[in-house]
Amino acid sequence: MSSELPDSRVPPEAEPASRLSRRTFIAVATATAAVGGGVVVVRNLVPGPSPLGTTPAETPPSGRVSLTVNGKRHTAEIDNRTSLLDLLREQLGLTGTKKGCDAGACGACTVLVDGRRVNACLALAVRLEGAEVTTIEGLAPGEDDDLHPLQQAFIEQDAFQCGYCTPGQIMSGVGCIREGHTGSREEIREWMSGNICRCGCYVQVVRAVEQAAGGK
Amino acid sequence: MSRQAVGAPLSRVDGRLKVTGRAMYAADHPTDGVVHAAVVGSTVARGRITGIDARAALALSGVLKVISHRNAPRLAYRPNPSSNNPEGGERLHVFQDDKVLFHGQPVAVVVATTPEAAQHGASLVEVRYDAEKPSTDLTGTPAHAPVTYARGDADQAMRSAAVRLEMTYRTTRNHHNALEPHATIARWDGDRLTVWDKTQWVVGTQKELAAVFGIEPDAVRVISPCVGGAFGSGLRAWPHVTIAALAARELARPVKLVLTRKQLYSGTGYRPAYEYHLRLGSDRRGRLIAMVHDIKAETSSYEDFEEGVLAAGQMLYSMPHVRQAYRTVPLDVNTPLYMRGPGHATAAFAIESALDELAHELDIDPIELRRRNEPSEDESDGTPFSTRRLRECYTLGAREFGWDRRAPEPRSTRDGDWLIGMGMAAGVHTTRRNPAQARVLLDARGSALVEAATSDMGPGTCTAMTQVAADALGLTVRAVDFRLGDSTMPPTPAHGGSQTMASVGSAVQDGCDQLRRQAIELAVADERSPLHGADAGDVAVTDGRLHVKDDPARGETYQQLLARNNRTRLETLGSFTPEEPRFSMYAYGATFAEVAVDHRLGLVRVRRMLGVYDVGRIISPKLADSQALGGMVGGIGTALLEHTVTDHRDGRIVNANLADYLVPVNADVPDLRAIYLDGEDREASPIGVKGLGEVVHIGVAPAIANAVFHATGRRIRRLPITAEALL
Repeated sequence: MSSELPDSRVPPEAEPASRLSRRTFIAVATATAAVGGGVVVVRNLVPGPSPLGTTPAETPPSGRVSLTVNGKRHTAEIDNRTSLLDLLREQLGLTGTKKGCDAGACGACTVLVDGRRVNACLALAVRLEGAEVTTIEGLAPGEDDDLHPLQQAFIEQDAFQCGYCTPGQIMSGVGCIREGHTGSREEIREWMSGNICRCGCYVQVVRAVEQAAGGK
Repeated sequence: MSRQAVGAPLSRVDGRLKVTGRAMYAADHPTDGVVHAAVVGSTVARGRITGIDARAALALSGVLKVISHRNAPRLAYRPNPSSNNPEGGERLHVFQDDKVLFHGQPVAVVVATTPEAAQHGASLVEVRYDAEKPSTDLTGTPAHAPVTYARGDADQAMRSAAVRLEMTYRTTRNHHNALEPHATIARWDGDRLTVWDKTQWVVGTQKELAAVFGIEPDAVRVISPCVGGAFGSGLRAWPHVTIAALAARELARPVKLVLTRKQLYSGTGYRPAYEYHLRLGSDRRGRLIAMVHDIKAETSSYEDFEEGVLAAGQMLYSMPHVRQAYRTVPLDVNTPLYMRGPGHATAAFAIESALDELAHELDIDPIELRRRNEPSEDESDGTPFSTRRLRECYTLGAREFGWDRRAPEPRSTRDGDWLIGMGMAAGVHTTRRNPAQARVLLDARGSALVEAATSDMGPGTCTAMTQVAADALGLTVRAVDFRLGDSTMPPTPAHGGSQTMASVGSAVQDGCDQLRRQAIELAVADERSPLHGADAGDVAVTDGRLHVKDDPARGETYQQLLARNNRTRLETLGSFTPEEPRFSMYAYGATFAEVAVDHRLGLVRVRRMLGVYDVGRIISPKLADSQALGGMVGGIGTALLEHTVTDHRDGRIVNANLADYLVPVNADVPDLRAIYLDGEDREASPIGVKGLGEVVHIGVAPAIANAVFHATGRRIRRLPITAEALL
């Protein structure tokens, strides 16, 4: 499984950080506009100076990025330190993607970036110019939508207990099936080993991936 | 009768929420105006803080405040006996003085408008210390006075025993490492505090916050609808919960604090490391005569944490003479806490390995040896067992696992480079019950809402309670909504120790029974009801319809009954209060493992496992299977992988992350299987359950260790069993 971004991904050619750092922003100013089929969200997601204002605060380096998340286009000025995971959770309100270790070791934050499995905690959001991101919320967006076959298989096989690793397991499983790494249980085990389930539902995860892959 | 919900292999009622990412864990709750906190941990394990320089952090864009003992207000820290705070010692008082008691102790918190700024700010806080050399090694540090138990004269009996064995078993510190990090969002509305917290006990966290801040419990509300695993780590409110609430009060804004994975190793508890010295004596036929247990476990310098490590040594096997001494050793570490199968799992590793050693010594089959020492009563105090069916577990397990194919001689089975071995072990866990309540509300549409302040860290509380309620109310599962995780709901004990089903489940049963009877009484007394005049005892409810048992056509629905009587709802408060136990009550299990050990590399792979359990009634078999298999997976971790490593020079945990603290991944886990003995235990609880979640973990590590011995002829008495140990 790949936890790296596609090779074509390069840092955006934004203004140099040194110039950006001179700017002053008001924290979390939001403007929303509907364009075409998707929604362009223009935000300023860079922290401003301390409201206490006793010392002149340095504004952190930031960059502008446009990316598509679950079919919706977002354009934002982003603190360069922000991971894709924190962008999704803290700024776009997509809390389905989970933070387990914030270090690429557990897989709880697995999402698809341009169709490939990525640990969102290791991906800096500003590097994702033009990227198509799919999160768990993108598999069955509406409350009454049909579930993705793998979501359905997770329920039927009881492939989770606490459910915290589940969004990552499912996104990883979608990737695993798409990659064709489902030839045998052993192969599924190997290619699903980047996603820790501390409740220990591995046997059921394998069955669920097998079920969804078989039903394709 | 319509089909029963209890015992049916239902899928989770909250399955859709969990597979769509809509289940809300502690850090997921949206809170207007929330700001973010990051904890600064001490970089020494013992000493005093001599200076804190927060200027660089405060100069950072977005940073709002840095709080430490230098500017924090004094907190009440009232005693809180109704908690899992250890009885001995006193909990850490955060930001109240300059003392450092362990590495990673919170010494400051940075609050900022974004998580990035808070985290960056925390890295810029400079703390100076007057450091002392810490003591963090269990070996060689003086212990507290022991907790003791004795029957007969074990030392005398040992001297005259025909067969004597003496071993020291060592287990390492294990961390719960649930996938969800501990997280708290705190908000004050005037004098009232609301927290969204990862906890296994909303009422416990509520009481602890009230005690710490010196306010009434009613002024604190704790909300925790989903818990992303915990395995015991959520049984106490840890310092960060206080920090979040304190920061929110100081800033007059809601504060979100998510511990980093690294901080979880010092910010929450763990299964303590043990040295378990065991001497046993038996006759030549393997009848045990005596055991002497000298047990040492780590605890912190400021709290004396003890757990139930003694019970198994007193009651698992029959023998006239037992002596036990359990000493905790105060170290410059944070305080341990219960972790899955607490105490029992550690005791099982020692006792069940020792039984295997004795079986080998005497050339007796390990199962036969256990049969010969099966007691007929609880010899710790002479009470009868409520139910104890270990023999059946052995028989069924041996048959299903193919134990007869096991060659008795160790190191006698090969598969290419792999040495193959089979091992087994027994497991036992105390059946716990505590007072619990549950509110039941039936609305005019004939749907029920059942509420209790319990939790669901994964076993499927919502689903199992829904099944109990559906049957008791005569409703379909779809017509029942069970809610939990809010301290404003009826109180329950902590969601741990395998007591939730027995305690809360029995309260749910009681509340629903009351409500069903109330509805039936209303109907039979109502002249306009088709059931008027019927004997209440002859009326049943099926799929929401009250009817005469022998005449199903005669009846009406809850809906019709309530509408005609102008009732918008029926409501009851169910309760469960356990009676003083007259029986010895335990859940039992037998775990079987087959391993392969690479004879050149020392690699151990578990090939298959089977658990057979005597746990009373199974409410929700599909979920029970997940719990049982998960307990085995946790046991694979304890046996082969998990080990929190401390650098004794400075007290730092060196592998405080999920790349270096190894837990089982999918490739480590083969096909696993669980079987439950049919039956129920009405002494243990009105609904017949004894508790499942702990016992499925207990006995797994020794079963694997015994299989490793059978494969290799090498007895490893220290967990985890690593390749190095086998080379």
